[in-house]
This record gives sequence, structure tokens and C-alpha cells, in this order.
Amino acid sequence: MLDAVNDKNMVFKTDAITKQYGMGDLTVHALRGVTLEVPRGELVVLLGPSGSGKSTFLNIIGGLDQPTSGDVHFEGHALADMTDRELTYFRREHVGFVFQSYNLVPSLTALENVELITDIAENPMPAKEALEIVKLKDRLNHFPSQLSGGEQQRVAIARAIAKRPEVMLCDEPTGALDSETGILVLEALQNVNHTYGTTTIIITHNAAIANVADRVIYFADGQVAKVVKNDHPKDIHEIGW
Amino acid sequence: MRQVITAMNRKLLRDLWNIKGQLVAIIFVMASGIMSFVLSFGVIDSLELGRDVYYDRYEFADVWASAKRVPEGVKEQIAEINGVAQIETRVTFGATVQVEGMDVPASGRILSYPDEREPLLDKLYLKSGRLLNPDEEDAILASEAFVVAHGFTLGDHIDMVINGKKRSLKIVGIALSPEYVYSLGPGALFPDDKRFGVFWMSRRALEAAVNMDGAFNNVALRLSRDANVEEVKAELDRILKQYGGLISFDRSEQMSNWYVENELTQLKTTGTITPIIFLCVAAFLVNVVMTRQVATQRVQIGMLKAVGYSNAELAAHYLKMVMVVVVIGSLLGLAGGVWLGSGLLNIYSQFFRFPYLHYTYSVDIMILSVGFCAAAATAGTWIAMKQAADLPPAEAMRPEAPTEFKETILERLDIDKFFSFLSRIVLRQLERRPIRAFFSAIGVGFALAILVFANSMTDSMNYMMDVQYNIGNRETILLGFVEPRAISALEEIRLMPGVMKVEPLRDIPVLLKHGHLSKRTGISGIRPDPDLHRVLDQSLKPVDVSGGGLVMSRKLAELLGAKVGDMIDVDVLEERRPQLSLPIAAVYDEFVGIGAYMDIDRLNSLLNEGPVVTGAALMTDPNWNGPLYQNIKDVPAIISMAIMVRMREIFEQMMDENMMRMMAVYIIFAGVIAFGVIYNTARIAFSERSRELAALRVLGLTKGEVAYILFGELGFVVMVAIPMGLLIGYGLCAGMVASLDTELFRMPLYIKNDTYAYAVIVVLISALISFYLVWRQVDKIDLVAAQKGVE
Repeated sequence: MLDAVNDKNMVFKTDAITKQYGMGDLTVHALRGVTLEVPRGELVVLLGPSGSGKSTFLNIIGGLDQPTSGDVHFEGHALADMTDRELTYFRREHVGFVFQSYNLVPSLTALENVELITDIAENPMPAKEALEIVKLKDRLNHFPSQLSGGEQQRVAIARAIAKRPEVMLCDEPTGALDSETGILVLEALQNVNHTYGTTTIIITHNAAIANVADRVIYFADGQVAKVVKNDHPKDIHEIGW
Repeated sequence: MRQVITAMNRKLLRDLWNIKGQLVAIIFVMASGIMSFVLSFGVIDSLELGRDVYYDRYEFADVWASAKRVPEGVKEQIAEINGVAQIETRVTFGATVQVEGMDVPASGRILSYPDEREPLLDKLYLKSGRLLNPDEEDAILASEAFVVAHGFTLGDHIDMVINGKKRSLKIVGIALSPEYVYSLGPGALFPDDKRFGVFWMSRRALEAAVNMDGAFNNVALRLSRDANVEEVKAELDRILKQYGGLISFDRSEQMSNWYVENELTQLKTTGTITPIIFLCVAAFLVNVVMTRQVATQRVQIGMLKAVGYSNAELAAHYLKMVMVVVVIGSLLGLAGGVWLGSGLLNIYSQFFRFPYLHYTYSVDIMILSVGFCAAAATAGTWIAMKQAADLPPAEAMRPEAPTEFKETILERLDIDKFFSFLSRIVLRQLERRPIRAFFSAIGVGFALAILVFANSMTDSMNYMMDVQYNIGNRETILLGFVEPRAISALEEIRLMPGVMKVEPLRDIPVLLKHGHLSKRTGISGIRPDPDLHRVLDQSLKPVDVSGGGLVMSRKLAELLGAKVGDMIDVDVLEERRPQLSLPIAAVYDEFVGIGAYMDIDRLNSLLNEGPVVTGAALMTDPNWNGPLYQNIKDVPAIISMAIMVRMREIFEQMMDENMMRMMAVYIIFAGVIAFGVIYNTARIAFSERSRELAALRVLGLTKGEVAYILFGELGFVVMVAIPMGLLIGYGLCAGMVASLDTELFRMPLYIKNDTYAYAVIVVLISALISFYLVWRQVDKIDLVAAQKGVE
């Protein structure tokens, strides 16, 4: 369905996207015209203060939300043109999400949470394999309430990678975690990026994480403040937290 | 590789298991609704079928007439009336039945049984024993009701006085007749199986006993399908007139059938309206509960959408959840309905003595009730699912945004300082989510309303009995004479032991006609200013008969299509059969029967008779009952004696056996529904708030304070629900009472405070138990887990 047409190296292209929320009498401008390109296979970090529009941007390119104006292209396809059904399919086959609050189904075990995806995706990896990648193969049958925060987030990552997505979109995946656990999570993400070449976009508040990225995009006040290309990204273990 | 049980289905099963308590409650609410529906319609259908089959197979006649003595040859003449398909002539005679231990003799009606063949019409169903042999002289068949009431068995002898001669007759068979499903003795208001029995005797033996050789005094007709009933009756009356014939009557006026129809109508009214209300309430509640249940899964729905589940897949997932409820609830409801229905029918079979009574259930009714509940549950789930699914997933996954801050009414009125911090939290919650609170209150209110409703029927019935037997009629005994007597006869009664007061009564059987409408009933002549036998209208004012015209119940006026001032043609169905024309002087609202009254002196003068009575109302001293009854027994002119206490007992028993049985079942269902709703409301309120409550606990609020916030809100909902429920309950009762309008009685709208109190108490106890069960959950809030974001 989504066979690429042009700009083969760009996974996402956005053109002047804006987003406004009405909140009672006042209107919040979450995005004020964001034009960006995200190259295939890169690990991109979005940095910026709270309310700068990072999450909104991520939700829009992930097909979770619609922009007020502007265009988003995924591999040459305009998301705005997609029907609800096509957007669902887009998320199911091409996007892996990782949320700050994990969002696991509490009534399912780690393995079953991953199977939620492998049950419906077209070409998934076995759920166990996904959990092995995040180093949780001995926690398969634990329920979320029996797992630590870091473990829960790694289950969420396993759930995201199991479908073999083109892109991983991670909204503050380490936001609720301590540094050690956070490193394990980031290690898992970097590992996926390196091994499978999955384009990975991570929102964070932690500037140190920027060192592991191929590209750092700074958000401020609903706009892109600057984009810094990092030619020599570090390994996750080399950075100070 | 696809698994047999997908992760989604496992989620479904575990989610269901997690809310099993609530599911059980919803399932019971739904099952109760379906059960009452299936049960009521099943019982009514079965009774109607039982009646139809009985009437059909046992050749229940269409028209009957009595006369003094008709030569058998006239039978041919009657058979030639256009429309008569079958004819059976009979001899019938009243008898006095002496049963040991009874204060007054019972009355009996003896009917002839053909000697060499089966009866052609009104055949007998032989319950036990054998039929009569031709010319068998000292044997009888007895009606089952009488035999059961006295504990007689086959082979017992009964002493009877027939035509002045005492006979001892052996019961050789126990029988049922479609003509006497209910049997009313002379002067009785209600069937009293102890005081009245029906017997069958060999035709020739009976003819000999009552000097009817070669003659008959009663005829039953079966009409052809296209016959004109009125014309046949008129022709029959014309033929029988010279033989002392009384006006013929059809099924609608046949006493037993009239009772059967009235009882069935009564049962049908309560048995239709109540389950419809229950089913609607159950469906509404299932809808509300499922809506809120799904709404609590909002975040999960957002996540599932985010990771690529389509709306259709999510809809299917949640509909499966509903289906589990619907399928289990339906199976339970249907099975329970059939089981209880056949049990209830069994009980009714002792009341309606139909020989064939099998529980039948209509598949339509089952499909309708299940479909209705399923649709309500599905709609509730669908709407909630749609609401969650329509949100952009990013928004659905966020915990609901804090509602916009607005000053509550407390702050606007500047009275907030009078409330504690916790109370203010409670009040703000309520004010910010008024619709949710409103629906919760409606749900609880309906539960309370059906409790009021189910119990109010007994109240209304008791009130009706009080008006009829305690407030209105103050006599203790009502006597009836064999034939009209001079008023001086009352002096003799006045002198009997224990008699404190005597009042004259004059009853005549009449056919009232107005235009093309007519009704067989009686006119009672009473004193204009009675102390004992008073007729009260619904506002408990004595009806004034001093005007000289007819005073009749509204129901009777309706049946005649007449109003005050209209002239009514009165055919007196007695001896000389005079025809009168009387104006309606007043119409009053009466609870029981379709009576017509007149000033006794005026009635007597219209009939060109002196001061004559056919009965008397007595006020007696209960301490003298024994000697008094003995005295009355010795007066042959007294044919009937109604003891008012006993009449009330019979009526109550009749109600208990009939309508109240079903009501008792409804009261249980109402309780189940009430608890189910309240428990669910509390449980869901808890799951909606558990995260917030955990946060408050972390902030340092005690369990008690957290519980106050939760239960304060629920308590408020219950407090609002109570007056709402009482009002709805009152409305339901008013609707039911308005529709319970048979010739036998009209129900007053009367709800005792006890009934309201009972409903409120059940609701409060349900609330307390529910609070306790939820409190145990509050107790278990895992503060750490809650903060980790685990739901």
C-alpha cells in the first residue's frame, strides 16, 4: 500500500504543520508551522521544554492526531489523505509506539501484551523473540503489576518492535525511570535502531541523551528552533546521565 | 503464527473475571427482567390455552336458560331455532347439604346426568371414581372443589335435603365441569367452596326426586358459528316464556365464565404491565452499567487504537463482553422463567380448575425479551465504545483532562466555608459531572420504584377490602331468604340471641337496558339512611339513594353507556317479570362489583308490593355466634348466610392465590434489580476514581477520608434517587391501577407508608452492603502500583 514514490531516503516529511487546541475561551497553538524531514534509519532525538510541541508533533506524524493545517508525508504518502481505516493500517504495520506511561494492558502478561500486536500485524516476529531483544525472556509470564517500571517499558518496546515497524516513535520513554533503568531502555531502542535500521524518534528532556542521536531537533514554542546533525553518535554506555 | 485464543480474547476473559461481581449483578438484573417476562406471559398463555382446550373438548355451551317446568317435547321446538347446533336439556335443583361441623348447612346445586349416554354439552371431566350407572338412585358425582374443601373421599355419603326430602347420597365420582370452574352459591359474592357444591345425579333418579318426569327446567345450547346470539336468546326466551322461563344468557353472563374471564383479565393486566416495566428497567440499567463499564477502559481503547487496532476490531471485542452478559443473562432468565412459570402454573391449577394445564411458552416472547435486553446492552456498549474510539488515540490515552474549573454553586452563594474540605470535593465532583450523577440516580430510582410498585398492589387490595368490608359494610352477617318475605319477618330475627341491629334488604335480579346495551345484574333496595349495609363511593362518602332513581356504579353506567339523568329499562327477572323504566339518579365510583341501588320503599312500591324484604343485614355480638347460627339454621326460610369476616377471608385468599402469587415473585425480582444496580453504581464509581483516590491517599488522606469522598458522592446520588424513585413508583402504581379495571373490581390507588419505607430500606441496605464491598477495595489500593501508572 505504502510503496515509496520519491525522496526514498526520507521517512517523514512535514510541511508547515500547525496544531491548535481550543480550551474554553483561549486557543493554544501547540505547533506553529513545523517543516522537517526525517531520514531513513536515523535515531532522532527531539529536545525542548514542556509545551514546546514535541509530543503533538510525534502524535501527528504517528497518525494519532490530525494537524490543523499543513501536510505530513510518510514515505511519500500524505497522511491527511488517508481514511481512518488506512491510518489504522498505517499504525498497525509501520509505526511502533512507546509511551511514557507504558500503557500495557494490566490483565495480560508480558508475552500476551506483545501478542496483542503479533496477532494482528502482517509480518511480525515471534513475540518471544521481541521480548528476548529487550532482554526479558525470563519474564514472559509476568503481569505488568509484577514488573518494574523499566521492565514494563521494555515490554512496551518489545510490543512496538514485534511488528517490524519502519519507524519507532517514543514519547519520553525514560521519563518515569531512574538512570540505570533508563539506560537499559535506551539501550534496547538503540539496539533495535542499529540491528534493524528502524528509524527511531525519541522525545526526551534529558540533553545527555542527545549524544547518542544521529540528529537532534530542538523544539521551542511550537516551532523547530534548530536541527543539529551528529556525525559521531556515541554508544549509550558512553554518556553521562 | 496465530494462536487459538488471541491475546485480545484472553484480555476479554481476564477483564470479565476482574469485574465478575459486577457482571453477576448485571446478569441477575437482566435475568430478572427476562424471567418475569417469560414467566408471566407463559403462565397467562398456558391458562388461556388451558381454558380454550377445556371449553372446546368438554363442549362448554354457548347459551343457557332456566324455566319452571318444560315438557321434553319443547326440546324439538328449541332445536329448530335458527343457529342452534346442539341442545341438551337438564333438570337442576337446589339442595341443602348438611355437613357435620358446619354452623350452617351448605348449599348445593344438583344437575341431571343423562342415563344412557354422555352429556352432549357441558361434559364432565372425571377426576377420579366412576360415572353414574343408568337409574342409579343413591349415587352422585361431586364437584372437586367441594370435595377437597371438606376432605371427602370416594365412597363417602353426603346428607342432602332435596325438595324437602332428606337423602343420603354416596359419592361415586369426583368431577370437573366447564360450567362450574368457579361456583357461586345463592347470595354469595365470591366463590366459597365450603359453602357451595355442585353435584350430578342420574336424570331419571333426579326427575323422580323432584317430580320432573318427562320435563326439564334447564337447557344448554351450542350455537353454530354464524348464529346470531341475541336472536337465538330472544327466540329461546319467547318459547320458554309460557313455561316460566327466566331470561336466557350467554357465556359473557355465565357466572363461572365471568369469574374466569375477570380473573384472567386481572392476571393479564398485572402479568403484562409488570414484566414490561421490569424488562424496561432492566434493559435501561444494563445499558447504563455497560456504558460506564466500557468508559472505564478509555485509556486502553486509546492505546489499542494507537498500536493499530481498528474500530471494528475494538467494537467486536467489547461486543463480545456484552454477549457474555447477554448470553448468560438470557439463558438464566429463560431457564428461570420456564422453571418458575411451570411452578406458578402448578399453583394456579388449584385455583383455576382446568383439567388440562400444561406450561406452554411462546418462542416469540423469549426472542422479544432477550432481543430487547441484548439491544439495550449492545447500544450502551456501542455508544461508550464509540465515544472512546472517536477520540484521537493520543487524547484517549491521557487520563481525562481535569475538568474546567468553575465556581460551584457553593462558592457563588458564598456558603462554601460552611463545608469541610472533603465535602467541597464531593460537591464539586457532583456539580462537574451532573449527567453522570443524574443517570446513576435514575438507575437507583427505578430500582426503588419497582420495589414500591411490586408492594403497592397488596396495599391497594387491602385498602379495597377495608372499604368494602370494614368501613362500608358494617354488618357482620348478611342473610338471604328463599323468597320475598313481609318485613315483619325481621322482628323474628331481631329477637335471636346476639342480634344487635337488623336492616332490611330487597334484592331483585334484573336485566338493565339502555339503547342497544344491556347488562344482567341485581338492584339492591336499601334504606336511604343505613347504619349497616352502606354503599361507599371512592371518597368513602355513603351513597345517597333517597332521590328515588337508580344509583349505580360508574362501571355499570359505562357498560350501559348511560349517564346521570338517562332512563334505564329494567326487566325484572322474577315471578311476574314487570318491566320498569327508571332514571339514573347518581353514579358513584365503587371498587368492587357492578352494583345498582335504590330506596327499598320506592323499589317495593314500583313492584306493587308491600313492605317486602329478601334479606337482612345484621350486626351481631360475636360471643353469641354459636347459639345464633343454630337459630338461623332452624329457620327454613333462610337460604343463605354470608359471614362478613369469612367473605373477606375468601376474597383475600382469592387475591393471594391469584394475583398476589405473581406479585410475590415480582417483589423478589425487584429486590435483585435494586441491589444489582446499586452495587454496580458503587463499583464503577470506584474504578473510575481509583487512580485519583490513590493519589489522595499518597498525599496523606486517611482511608476514611478517601472513602468519604467516594461514598459522599454515592450517598448523595442515593439521597437524590430516593425521592425520585418514590415519585416514579407512585407513577407506575397509578398507571397500573388505572389499567386494572374489570367488572369484578377497580383498584384504588393506595400506597401505604410501609411500602415506601420498605423500598427505601431495601435501597439503603443495598447501598450499605455495596459500600462495604467497595470499601474493601479502597482498603486494597496499592499506593505504589497506583503511582507507577498501573491501573
